[in-house]
Amino acid sequence: MSKITFPFGPQHPVLPEAIQLSLTCEDEKVVEVLPVIGYMHRGIEKAAERNPYVNNVFLCERICGICSFIHALSYCQLMEELMQVEVPPRARYLRVVWSELSRMHSHLLWLGLLADSFGFESLFMQCWRARETVLDALEMTTGQRVVQSSCVIGGVRRDINADQARQLREMLAGVKAQIDAVLPVFQKDYTIKARTVGKGVLPKDQAWKLGAVGPTLRASGWAWDCRSLGYAAYGELGFEPVVENDGDSYARTMVRARELVQSYELVLRALDALPEGPLAAKIKGVPPKGEAIMRTEQPRGELFEYARGNGTPRLERLKIRTPTFANIPALLAMLPGCEIADVPVIVLSIDPCIACLER
Amino acid sequence: MPWMMPNILRNLFGTPATRKYPFESHQYWAGSRGRLQIDLAKCVFCGICEKICPSRAITKYGHKDDPNVTIHYNPFACIYCARCAEKCPSCAIYILEGHAVPADRKITYGREDVPFSEEEIP
Repeated sequence: MSKITFPFGPQHPVLPEAIQLSLTCEDEKVVEVLPVIGYMHRGIEKAAERNPYVNNVFLCERICGICSFIHALSYCQLMEELMQVEVPPRARYLRVVWSELSRMHSHLLWLGLLADSFGFESLFMQCWRARETVLDALEMTTGQRVVQSSCVIGGVRRDINADQARQLREMLAGVKAQIDAVLPVFQKDYTIKARTVGKGVLPKDQAWKLGAVGPTLRASGWAWDCRSLGYAAYGELGFEPVVENDGDSYARTMVRARELVQSYELVLRALDALPEGPLAAKIKGVPPKGEAIMRTEQPRGELFEYARGNGTPRLERLKIRTPTFANIPALLAMLPGCEIADVPVIVLSIDPCIACLER
Repeated sequence: MPWMMPNILRNLFGTPATRKYPFESHQYWAGSRGRLQIDLAKCVFCGICEKICPSRAITKYGHKDDPNVTIHYNPFACIYCARCAEKCPSCAIYILEGHAVPADRKITYGREDVPFSEEEIP
């Protein structure tokens, strides 16, 4: 049978950002996929080498609008590692609160987009309505909805007082009620199962070999989550990774759905255990000569950062490996053999963030 | 389908999730970061804001003792991080609550005898 090659993207209704997949098909079956990336490249790593190291926090959190807090957190932890700074306990707990709120709004956004990708518009709106309350909670506690700018090297800039903590609990109780209303639809609905079960299967051994990260890896049966390393206050909050075994789009949906509830519980646990004390440690001097690495868990998976200092206020090198970059080889392994109609759902199932991917 | 029914009924007979904009405006939280303002009566032209601004939105022209010293603020470059407001020693810079309305001009502030100027979008 003759083959035909056509572009999927860079502009496509399911893609919020620009990436192209060049699909080679035999009839309705995809046989080969080639990614074409580079539409969103902004040269952030190079720009970071020209900025004073303190200002890079604000640059790094602009890598991506959805996981902006965790990008800032990773960079701050990286610099703290390089400069041997100890973060006060209250700041570590507040970082967990904001990280998990970011994860909640990211997963709710993704669940909505997944529903939208197969035309389930009302479910999409239900998910985004719940997300709106999470964004309000972020605005209340940090001052901004999307780019919070509340994390700095050595700690945090904003505090959550008792009144805000009470309001946050009330808002999250409302979000939980909305999540409880929509999650059974994702778990049981016939349409959703028909579009996701058995689609884009990534076997366990292949997921590991291709270097998949985050929910994509955990949906293939690996209990691998950087929060288990215990950074910030995760080591003190009793964290357990969420794992599914089927490796298909449905399993990836279920991992994110369960992580949503887990994040809600982690926020409450962090608020309950919030210790008293200062918000930030004093930073003196500049990054010394040397190297450091940092691994954190973003909503999409493991974020890896490397920095090399040279004893000046500017870093010699900052390398950021984002989770979507690591998940692209896994996506290319999932797509061959699927129907063209399933391509949007499978592409979306890795939760692609192209702004992160290309930085 | 039955597990969707309570939610469907709630949505059918509940209040709308959206606001009736523009008749009902968004209620901002205390401490939200909106538009940046400079109070010239308090400004000592020390230049700390220029040094710490991550997006180089503030530029000082002249020495602080110079009567013609000016501060140039470019709201198109500003990222509203509020670091300048935090670090200003004389509390001359402050952030208004509420979302920033779109900026339409760059502003140069100076001492009393230096004319206040605004540069509109060409």
